[in-house]
Amino acid sequence: MKHLLSIDDLGIKDIYKIFEYAFQFEEVLKRPIPIVPTFKGKTIVTLFYEPSTRTQTSFTLAAKRLSCDVINFSFATSSILKGESLLDTIKTISAMKVDGIIVRHFSSGVPHFLAKKLVKKNIFVINAGDGTNEHPTQALLDGYTVYKKFKKIKDLKILIVGDIKHSRVAHSDILLFKKLGAKVFISCPHQFLPIDFENMGVCYLKEFKKELPNFDCVITLRVQKERHNLNYLSSMREYHYLYGISKKDLEKMKKEALLMHPGPVNWGWELADDVIDEERCVILEQVFNGVAVRMAIIFLLLQEKV
Amino acid sequence: MKLYNEETIKKKIKSLAHKLYKKHKKDLNNLVFIGIKRRGITLAQRIKKELEKLAKLEIPIGALDITFYRDDLQLVAPAPVVRGSEINFSLQDKIVILVDDVIYTGRTVRAALSEILDYGRPKKIELLVLVDRNFRELPIQPDYVGFKLKVKKTDLIDVFLKEEDKKEGIYLEKR
Repeated sequence: MKHLLSIDDLGIKDIYKIFEYAFQFEEVLKRPIPIVPTFKGKTIVTLFYEPSTRTQTSFTLAAKRLSCDVINFSFATSSILKGESLLDTIKTISAMKVDGIIVRHFSSGVPHFLAKKLVKKNIFVINAGDGTNEHPTQALLDGYTVYKKFKKIKDLKILIVGDIKHSRVAHSDILLFKKLGAKVFISCPHQFLPIDFENMGVCYLKEFKKELPNFDCVITLRVQKERHNLNYLSSMREYHYLYGISKKDLEKMKKEALLMHPGPVNWGWELADDVIDEERCVILEQVFNGVAVRMAIIFLLLQEKV
Repeated sequence: MKLYNEETIKKKIKSLAHKLYKKHKKDLNNLVFIGIKRRGITLAQRIKKELEKLAKLEIPIGALDITFYRDDLQLVAPAPVVRGSEINFSLQDKIVILVDDVIYTGRTVRAALSEILDYGRPKKIELLVLVDRNFRELPIQPDYVGFKLKVKKTDLIDVFLKEEDKKEGIYLEKR
């Protein structure tokens, strides 16, 4: 593994290796002093062109728990506002001899572009979300959360609900769960259905509420109000009624099933606000697992970089 | 070349347990074992068994995987197998008996000490090894030694234990 740009770059073995390491790092995170000295002296830059709390914090924490130095570079306080181009920014950062760059950008393909530009520099790139394309580390932590619960992923029934078309989480999740042999179902309002969904190898459900007892895991997606004006949607109540999960819906799910959300949640839209305290709702577990999974990814990228 | 066989190792483990018992008679209930993965754990389990016969009380045992504390991680490619550390008790104010099969450069023990200190503040850490061979690279010396060997720098010492390797003995390999 040289970079992590897309779930497509990973083999099944790579994914399980990440899970295996994440499990070890979970133990590290539970120690009295939850930090290991593995990468003392390594430097990682987080380059976020889009606002983010959990992903950037999670990556920062993961890198620090491995004793890396972390520089957080955010859009609002950088020279980008003075008109510096992406290429100039990346040249400047790589001249500072860093070891890895974690990038989030509103345009799809930016991480791939950076990886190409850094090819001779021995600097890894992790895609922390690019436009509507992919968010591979979110998929890996989703997969890890499911794997930890069921000890397998093959043949599980996974339902992804919401804005499939614009959601990079959905795209990476579909790739990951399909790769590991799960059966993936999607459900969404028609305007959120990708044009090419027939080629994605998923099963489209116009309505899913009656089938809730069949799924092992339901992943709800955030309604991305910032990506499209709200003319896309009729009303919160209608969306919630058709595609949101209420406590009543949750009760229809299997006892051991999981309800997930990549966050941040629009309460009242994707989820009713009384599901957060339910045992089956594992949103905060996803956040915890995210740190361990990102430690595993950084570990494998830095360790193989001799 | 086989240097020591199963019988000799067995006797040595008994005598190490006796040494521990004599030294720690008064604070046996404060003692804990920590083995360095993997053979250190097997050895720690055997010594624990012998010591418990003498002490007539149970002594906790934990396992240490020092992968994340190594100073040569980048030289190990591809990614090493991590088995994980398991220390399910507090080390605060305990007397830790750290156990490994062979001490050579001292770097493994250095890493183990750093890791143990991240689990808490033991009162004391003592080092027990089955084999002490020469060519240390760090100022670290064991408190209890089974066999002390003087060999060439290029020689390899292998400890095989039944539980891990299906055969038992201490071997010298000339290179």
